[in-house]
Amino acid sequence: MKDQRLETRVDTQTIKIEARKAQVYYGTNHAIIDVDVDIMDKTVTAFIGPSGCGKSTFLRCLNRMNDTIPSCRVEGSITLEGENIYDPRVDPVQLRARIGMVFQKPNPFPKSIYDNVAYGPKIHGLTRNKAELDEVVETCLRKAALWNEVKDRLQSPGTGLSGGQQQRLCIARAIATSPEVLLMDEPCSALDPIATAQVEELIDELRSQFSVVIVTHSMQQAARVSQRTAFFHLGYLVEFGETGQIFTNPKDPRTESYISGRIG
Amino acid sequence: MSIGLLSLIILVLAALGYVIGRRKAVGQVEGDIRKLHSLPPFYGRITALLTAVPAFFLIAAWLLAQPLFLENKAISLIDPAELPAGKSAELMMADVRRVAAGLNMLEARGDEVGPLLASPTALKTALNGAGVVLETEPTPSTLAATAALRDAGDTSRLAMTGAALLLALAGLAFGFSRINPEYRARNATEQFAMWLLMTSSLIAVLTTVGIVGSLLFESIHFFRLYPASEFFFSTTWKPQFGGGSSLGILPLLWGTLYVSVIALVVAVPIGLMSAIYLAEYASRSTRAWVKPAIEILAGIPTIVYGLFALITVGPLLRDYFASPLGLGTSSSSVMTAGLVMGIMVIPFVSSLSDDIINAVPQSLRDGSLGLGATPSETIKQVVIPAALPGIVGAVLLAASRAIGETMIVVLGAGAAAQLSMNPFEAMTTVTVKIVSQLTGDTEFASPETLVAFALGLTLFCLTLALNIIALVIVRKYREQYE
Ligand SMILES: Nc1ncnc2c1ncn2[C@@H]1O[C@H](COP(=O)(O)OP(=O)(O)OP(=O)(O)O)[C@@H](O)[C@H]1O
Ligand SMILES: [Mg+2]
Repeated sequence: MKDQRLETRVDTQTIKIEARKAQVYYGTNHAIIDVDVDIMDKTVTAFIGPSGCGKSTFLRCLNRMNDTIPSCRVEGSITLEGENIYDPRVDPVQLRARIGMVFQKPNPFPKSIYDNVAYGPKIHGLTRNKAELDEVVETCLRKAALWNEVKDRLQSPGTGLSGGQQQRLCIARAIATSPEVLLMDEPCSALDPIATAQVEELIDELRSQFSVVIVTHSMQQAARVSQRTAFFHLGYLVEFGETGQIFTNPKDPRTESYISGRIG
Repeated sequence: MSIGLLSLIILVLAALGYVIGRRKAVGQVEGDIRKLHSLPPFYGRITALLTAVPAFFLIAAWLLAQPLFLENKAISLIDPAELPAGKSAELMMADVRRVAAGLNMLEARGDEVGPLLASPTALKTALNGAGVVLETEPTPSTLAATAALRDAGDTSRLAMTGAALLLALAGLAFGFSRINPEYRARNATEQFAMWLLMTSSLIAVLTTVGIVGSLLFESIHFFRLYPASEFFFSTTWKPQFGGGSSLGILPLLWGTLYVSVIALVVAVPIGLMSAIYLAEYASRSTRAWVKPAIEILAGIPTIVYGLFALITVGPLLRDYFASPLGLGTSSSSVMTAGLVMGIMVIPFVSSLSDDIINAVPQSLRDGSLGLGATPSETIKQVVIPAALPGIVGAVLLAASRAIGETMIVVLGAGAAAQLSMNPFEAMTTVTVKIVSQLTGDTEFASPETLVAFALGLTLFCLTLALNIIALVIVRKYREQYE
């Protein structure tokens, strides 16, 4: 673990996503206020903070999922590799293919397990033939630690899986489109410790190809998987920095009380 | 005693049951209601229910069964010698019933009926004055039957009143005697409610069974007079009122299916696409007026659609399509009826499908959009498959509507029963022929009339099969997706 972290420090120099003075309003409710964040390439960034502080909201800004909420308005600038993603010339559909997302609640499609994972590759034409597609499906299910449980029933409906299995199916589905950035909203909240460990392993593995942003309520998880941590509170970004520094030596008193369990 | 008064008395008894039931329960624990199994109102409620509900059921059952038993006696009194030519005793009974009802009415107005019964002429005049018009003066045996009917009615009414009151009192006593602090009045009320609800659903089911039963009965009657193989497999429909008709259902069935298929071909794509537009693309304000505007189509009486078919669509199709293409010169055609019917059933498809598509959780759409799918890919691959069982249901509902529709067919497609592939030819459907067979002037017991029931039964089986198919499809998808 330790030397890996050293290794990443070397290639975290490129900034993948950069948010400056980001604001989000739901109608008149100002949910995200003046947030500046840099998401580094090939890094795991964790968002922590008490419930309702705007973690999901900010995460959804990064791939323009908030466009689907009529009352939602985003201001400020958010750039992906220097290009403003809210520019009218940017196609949100293309953007979301590059920035994948795993939602807070598992939402498998009412299709077979196989078709759930094959969904992204099919619509984006990522594979040339059935054999390749089979391979992608298997790899993704393996990475999401689900393969052994479902390999005999790939054609049965994804909605028939347990909650934790559904969540891993959604993870497999998201990585099957091979995005550049993967946004994960509490991916482990419905998982048992074994599956959690497997997903954390996956996240660590993904870091070699993508950058990952993970929202979590577990301090231990944030400390285990992330290299950088952002602490949100009441819509503000309170503190953002190296995970080690946030957890051992927080600068803001609010961060300190949250990670030691006094607010939240 | 009138039914209204009787009901009122039973309700008063029930109210009394409530008060004393409650009081007894509270009294038994000396006001400490924590010692009761249930809250005091439950004890009152169960007593009241036991008082009123059985008594009302008795009254309802009695009133339904009464005519069956009363008329036997009266009908036997009618003297066959007095019957006018061509009238049966059963037909005379209709007169007897009307006279009896008229007399009851006169009596209720406070008129003296004794002298009227002595003179048939005076009776006829008096009844005419009360709005009951008789063709002929009542014969002595009719009068005797009337008197017997009225007598039996009075006795029966009296017996019913007595029985209902007794039952109410018995219910009250039974309910009251059962009350003690351990009595689970709350659970008993629950049970009672369940039985009440079950009875209601039973009534609905029994009605259906009754309707099908009567159809079946008359159809069997028909098949005794007319060979079933002819009916189901003959390709000619030519009823002749003097007898010797050919009554083959195939041309009618063909017409029905042809018109319905055209209607669905029009309605399903338009309805489904407008549902998708409304549910997925329209802004809230557009939706607020477009949806009701489409639903207005469902509120237009079918006769108005028929007029539209007859006056506008029919001639239009004839002049611009059928004649130039050399396909026919008739303005009534399957195409006309099918098109207009299609417009009529659009709202059945669109409105239901719209609700169903809206019920698909937003999280599924988010999931698909989050993978970089476009809105239309999302609709095609995620939303529609998830909503499919409901959409199939909506389409089959529209199909049932189309199959059962009559007015548009009469005015749009004509009444000529024939088997033809040409959509610009006049054709007709099962429902239209049911109407025309029953409104004819033939004897009721002839095959020409009874065929209507066989047609009705066939239609019923057709829609039933459609519903079963719908159920199977829906269940299959449920299993797959839930
Ligand atoms: N669709 C929405 N419409 C209106 N307000 C919303 C919507 N979604 C979120 N909000 C509001 O935005 C604020 C931030 O919500 P958000 O879901 O981002 O919190 P969160 O940090 O993800 O919380 P949790 O940890 O419980 O998931 C909350 O006050 C919430 O009420
Ligand atoms: Mg959240």
